[in-house]
Amino acid sequence: MLAPLTEPLAYDFFLRALVASSMVGVVCAVIGSYMVLRGLAFMGDALSHSAFPGVVLAYLLKGPFYIGAAVAAVATALAIGWVTRRGNLRGDTAIGVLFAGMFALGIFLFSLIPNYVGDLFGFLFGEVLGIGLGDLVALVGLAVAVLAVVAILWKELLYTTFDPLGAAASGLPVAALDYLLLALIAVTIVVSLQAVGIILVVAMLVTPAATAQLLTRSFGRLLAVAVTIGVLAPMVGLYASYWLNAASGATIVLVETAIFLVALLFRLQVGRRRETLQPAS
Amino acid sequence: MSALPVTSTSVAVRLAHVTAGYDHRQALEDVDLDIPAGALVAIFGPNGGGKSTLLKLVADLIQPWSGVVEVLGEPAGRAARRIAYVPQAELVDWSFPVSVWDVAMMGRFPRLGPWRRPGQLDGDAVALALERVGMAELRSSQIGSLSGGQRRRAFLARAIAAEPDLYLLDEPVTGVDATTQEDLMALLASETSAGRTAIATTHDLAAAAEHFTTVVALNQRVIAVGASSLVLDPDVLSRTYGGHFLVLGNQAVVMDDAHHHDSASGGEQHYHERPERR
Repeated sequence: MLAPLTEPLAYDFFLRALVASSMVGVVCAVIGSYMVLRGLAFMGDALSHSAFPGVVLAYLLKGPFYIGAAVAAVATALAIGWVTRRGNLRGDTAIGVLFAGMFALGIFLFSLIPNYVGDLFGFLFGEVLGIGLGDLVALVGLAVAVLAVVAILWKELLYTTFDPLGAAASGLPVAALDYLLLALIAVTIVVSLQAVGIILVVAMLVTPAATAQLLTRSFGRLLAVAVTIGVLAPMVGLYASYWLNAASGATIVLVETAIFLVALLFRLQVGRRRETLQPAS
Repeated sequence: MSALPVTSTSVAVRLAHVTAGYDHRQALEDVDLDIPAGALVAIFGPNGGGKSTLLKLVADLIQPWSGVVEVLGEPAGRAARRIAYVPQAELVDWSFPVSVWDVAMMGRFPRLGPWRRPGQLDGDAVALALERVGMAELRSSQIGSLSGGQRRRAFLARAIAAEPDLYLLDEPVTGVDATTQEDLMALLASETSAGRTAIATTHDLAAAAEHFTTVVALNQRVIAVGASSLVLDPDVLSRTYGGHFLVLGNQAVVMDDAHHHDSASGGEQHYHERPERR
């Protein structure tokens, strides 16, 4: 009876993929909760795309892709923050310019490779079933580091997200915390690249938190719901992709999207019931 | 060599020859102002007159172009942990998933520092603050579900929970009901009589006259400083508002536009709530 669940567990690659994608789901849900509350969804998309030239460069230089992606994403994150603060531009304008520029640089470098290979294709769309033990260890280490920083600074990040003026006036280093959050987003994206790829990582960041926002009105519960979705959706998605022989990253994202749509319908239903119970005043 | 402190402790806030603004737009020019400790001060004046700018200088949210700002005997920013700042209601995202209790607890965060979690002492301070603003029963409500007056109360609770020496309040009585206005001002009066200082900006001249001990008329420069009866002085009003006011009987009516941001400073977001769909 349980064979459909246990059969894939016999494969090491499947176990590694389960651990990797769940870990990615958790760290994305936590960082994504702060992102959604700050209106940084577009920023997530931008940073993942801007990691691409770093990945290509690392490939060309035969270095670890983690380093290349992290350097490119963190540099872009800090550059966006800096251009917004100093250049007197709207945030989304700075993001639009830098993100497109970085992604173009990635494609440019990519096109210079004589016979471009599947490896790089994996970074665009994710290939969690192909993750090696070394990469898995690095992924878990980075994810734990991001979660540890949030565990230490959750209060400060929450206060500066909710009321930056009040937080700054009472002595919190708001600018430093803003940059720190951008750096955490960048590292989270690097952690997630192998699982879901550059194009889809924004969904892992935004969708669980957005779903939780539909269902709850306290920050603690928002985090709890987002993390639960972040753990469960990759598991369901991986099994589905195994049995359907479909792309793993895309299947995981589709599961999260489906959960979001169910939550949305639930929310609309509750809203409608309230309307019928309370006569319009 | 004197062992005496350099700055007198009886002055809570001192601005000397302060000029400030945003980007290339000047909002304040050569402002000199001393606010004694224990004062309950209203700053009034027209839009763009620099009320919020002055408050932000004291909170060290912006830096002056020239001049010196001293707060609680130190350069602005040094005494931040002793300041509680309440922003304009429009600058708050009311859909944010936090309860009244959560908001008040934020007042405790700066003193806790990054490593410590809120403990018994913090819980007690928050409970007391919510009791004082009359929000103990609504402590679990999400802030967006509150009325305008209740929202102001929640933010004042956050300020009280921080146990500050200086309250800075941007338009605290704008758009709240009369009862809330009375309650909030009574609380601030009791805080200032205990030696703390409160500085508020306001559009409401009647509230300034009735509830504050000291008023500052501000239009780029300090026009006048004095007892609250100043706000009813036609001469001060005409110099502050440049003629945009009427005197009806003995009541001055200021003709000013209703939308009260006086500055579009970098990176600020204004939240205008969507009307609830019925």
